Amino acid sequence: MSDTSESTDDAEGNEPADADVSAASDSPAVDADEVRHVAELARVRLADDEVETFAAQFGDILDYFDALDEVPETDREEELVNVMRPDEVESGLSQEEALSNAEETEDGYFVGPKVS
Amino acid sequence: MAADYNAFITEATIEGDADAEGPLADATVAVKDNISTEGVRTTCGSEMLADYVPPYSATVVDRLTDAGATVVGKANMDEFGMGTTTETSAFGPTRNPADPERVPGGSSGGSAAAVAAGEADLALGSDTGGSVRCPAAFCGVVGIKPTYGLVSRYGLVAYANSLEQIGPIANTVEEAAAALDVIAGPDPNDGTTRDLTDVEGVDPDASYAAAADGDVDGLTVGIPTELFEGADERVVETVEAAIGDLEDRGAETTEISLPSVEHAVQAYYVIAMAEASSNLARFDGVRYGARAESDGNWNESFAETREEGFGAEVKRRILLGTYALSAGYHDKYYEKAQDARAWVRQDFEDAFADVDVIASPTMPVLPFELGESLDDPLRMYLADANTTPVNLANLPAISVPAGEADGLPVGLQIVGPKFGEETVIRAASAVEDAE
Repeated sequence: MSDTSESTDDAEGNEPADADVSAASDSPAVDADEVRHVAELARVRLADDEVETFAAQFGDILDYFDALDEVPETDREEELVNVMRPDEVESGLSQEEALSNAEETEDGYFVGPKVS
Repeated sequence: MAADYNAFITEATIEGDADAEGPLADATVAVKDNISTEGVRTTCGSEMLADYVPPYSATVVDRLTDAGATVVGKANMDEFGMGTTTETSAFGPTRNPADPERVPGGSSGGSAAAVAAGEADLALGSDTGGSVRCPAAFCGVVGIKPTYGLVSRYGLVAYANSLEQIGPIANTVEEAAAALDVIAGPDPNDGTTRDLTDVEGVDPDASYAAAADGDVDGLTVGIPTELFEGADERVVETVEAAIGDLEDRGAETTEISLPSVEHAVQAYYVIAMAEASSNLARFDGVRYGARAESDGNWNESFAETREEGFGAEVKRRILLGTYALSAGYHDKYYEKAQDARAWVRQDFEDAFADVDVIASPTMPVLPFELGESLDDPLRMYLADANTTPVNLANLPAISVPAGEADGLPVGLQIVGPKFGEETVIRAASAVEDAE
């Protein structure tokens, strides 16, 4: 599910981010193919009309997000400390409880969809 | 009554400890439906979890029932907390008891509506970008967003972990503060909770309810121009009158500037969507949740399950979050949003060197009419202009009724420094007394 290291679009993904900004004003920020590609990365199937609606809405929203370019680089130092606890066995969910919400189980295991 | 406003997704009772004493003994409480309740379904307002029954309760629910409060139902909400109107719920919109043709705000709209309609004494909401304060403002009740780390998130179904806190909603500041007294405090099951004995300048034994004493003599109140610009004039007038009441009681006001907040909505949505795209990856129909009938392989089955289970706003945020984290866009959106977040935090820190609290309208608009903003997501996002900076800066804030404009409730937001809950509660109680 976390294929976010993949580029959303090979052609655009390899260009520096700034190159996209200048183009944003005269062409939509995202087209239908790009919406389909991101949806595939996110494992969400979309209907065709949903793709069209999203492409238009994403254009508006991403245009608005572009104002983040004006934000100065900021020192992000914040005091953070690790929170640890002793590594001791504690009671947790029983196997039955853990499986209680699964659509399909077998011999105490979750059953997933076929792999290929 | 409940059916009139659709405040509850599930009406069910979890009895409180009958022997408990204290302000919450015998109180009734509505719990937002993204907060786990053992044996009572917890849907998050989504088809995906329509039949999900948690095997354990959230820490906050145990603390409330231990204190004698009885849960009366699971409150309606925008799907997974994603919305400002409670209209993205898969279980239908909640209506605003102040005007049933209008939305109650969101995403904790059912929680605020239940309290406003008298269907519960108290409610729990969760606030990721304003989701407790917005519905409190729109429904004319009190809502508190605690400092990040004050209240345990164990058992809260995650949407954007770095931003969200569970907070109480009630008819009065004192009642909301009493509920906060019960739910606040460290929890070994949530490593981000803070033990207040470790926080400098904070009294770990303080009672929040006792702070609702209305004494604001000598309190300095910062008025950030940026959070008034662009707000509806009727809202501004009502809020300014409430701030005038604080001055009458001895508070001093001073104009301040928070230039970073112009970027708060952008930064908030990029960060929240990015975290959502990761958090909601868990809903694949295997361990819990609905699963689509699919003949396809693993990936096709997941994609079909998520197509069926998620509504449009949730899909939008997962996709935009995935986009903002993807190669080529990560630096442009996500990294810049983190810079903006640090800038907002710094701005507030600087402001609190000079003032005790910061006051503004909670929402820059009056409650929307039902259906008004649903097809225009960006318009809905922009309504969060005054609430999102607080989440980005991890600060405590309260929304308290400031009065009405055109017969509709208007909320005043009071923000304090980290773990400054007592101060915002004290200031809010003075606004309430003046009404």
